[in-house]
Amino acid sequence: MRVLVIDDSRAMRSILSKIMSEIGFDVVAAAHGREGLERLREDDGIGLVLVDWNLPEMNGYEFVQAVRADPAYDDVRLIMVSTETERERVLKALDAGVDEYVMKPFTRATIVEKLAFLGLADG
Amino acid sequence: MRPENFIFLRSLMRQHAGVLLEEGKEYLVLARLGPLARRESWGSVDELISHLRSRPNGELRRQVAEAMVTTETSFFRDVHPFQTLKDVIFPDLIERRAGSRTLRIWSAACAAGQEAYSVAMLLKEHFGDLPGWHVRIVASDVSSAMIERAKLGSYSQLEINRGVPSHLLTRHFERDGLQWRVNEDIRQMVDFRQINLATPFPPLPEMDIIFARNVLIYFDENTRREVLRRLAGNLRKDGYLFVGGAETMIAYSDLFYRLQIDRTSCYRPRR
Repeated sequence: MRVLVIDDSRAMRSILSKIMSEIGFDVVAAAHGREGLERLREDDGIGLVLVDWNLPEMNGYEFVQAVRADPAYDDVRLIMVSTETERERVLKALDAGVDEYVMKPFTRATIVEKLAFLGLADG
Repeated sequence: MRPENFIFLRSLMRQHAGVLLEEGKEYLVLARLGPLARRESWGSVDELISHLRSRPNGELRRQVAEAMVTTETSFFRDVHPFQTLKDVIFPDLIERRAGSRTLRIWSAACAAGQEAYSVAMLLKEHFGDLPGWHVRIVASDVSSAMIERAKLGSYSQLEINRGVPSHLLTRHFERDGLQWRVNEDIRQMVDFRQINLATPFPPLPEMDIIFARNVLIYFDENTRREVLRRLAGNLRKDGYLFVGGAETMIAYSDLFYRLQIDRTSCYRPRR
């Protein structure tokens, strides 16, 4: 399965890409929500997206709303990876349709466990 | 670390905690006792142990033993056992116990309480409040400091990030400064007690489920058999024992037989 990593920080894109490819995913990356939507449109092999909240152009929350508004992406799993750690933020992201929420900072084990909840990795 | 200090610690752990410290585990000692040595302003772990050797001190000995057996743990540790609890074991027990309407669960090495609270959340989520039922979760640990922490039910963001599905986080936790605290309705489902598994248990009701995961590895062979014998005596004959995924029970097949449910192994006592 292919995973799309959307983060405006090059360092964070590189960390997440490394973790995901070690787990066994093909990785494509984007620096903001709008670029993320373009990647998603042109590549129907993407089954999972890791998206940051605070992004230029289109933020992660808007990205999630856009993806969830399109039935073509019903099978795409979404994980928000964010420095936003208020309970209300997590709730808002879940209401918008994310499948899981990872609070930064995180470890590789955090990502593996979240994937296991979604049946995408062996816990 | 100095060999004589390691030998001293081995004997201390064996006598006071029934725990086997194998040769070559010096790295484990340094990892576990390093924070205690720093907190108590000892220059090194060696200095701390040398002091304890020359001046026996019950309080310091207790702190050392506790620090040695403290393990890392997380909510919903390993996905499969919890999946099996939800899909098979709780539905089975709820049917079998329809007469007595009583469920008793014991998290026997509860550390900071994550396992006990995970079970409580799972019950609440999937089986509601079970009206008219008496459901109790006992959570015990050898460390009284851990029990106090567990009772509080307050966890760092890093601990929460590990293992708590986000939808459960928003339903069963509240932010408390930088910490996240388990909600009171979940905390009230759990009774915390300090129990040393290596010594005879205090009076406990017969359990329907016992979790003794990743704790048996700390005991020497004889103590482990004694602990398992006592656990078997405290588990109903149609109950379920969980041990750690990497812990083998072949040597104790006279006490327990294995049940394989999907990808989860659990054990029932032979009676």
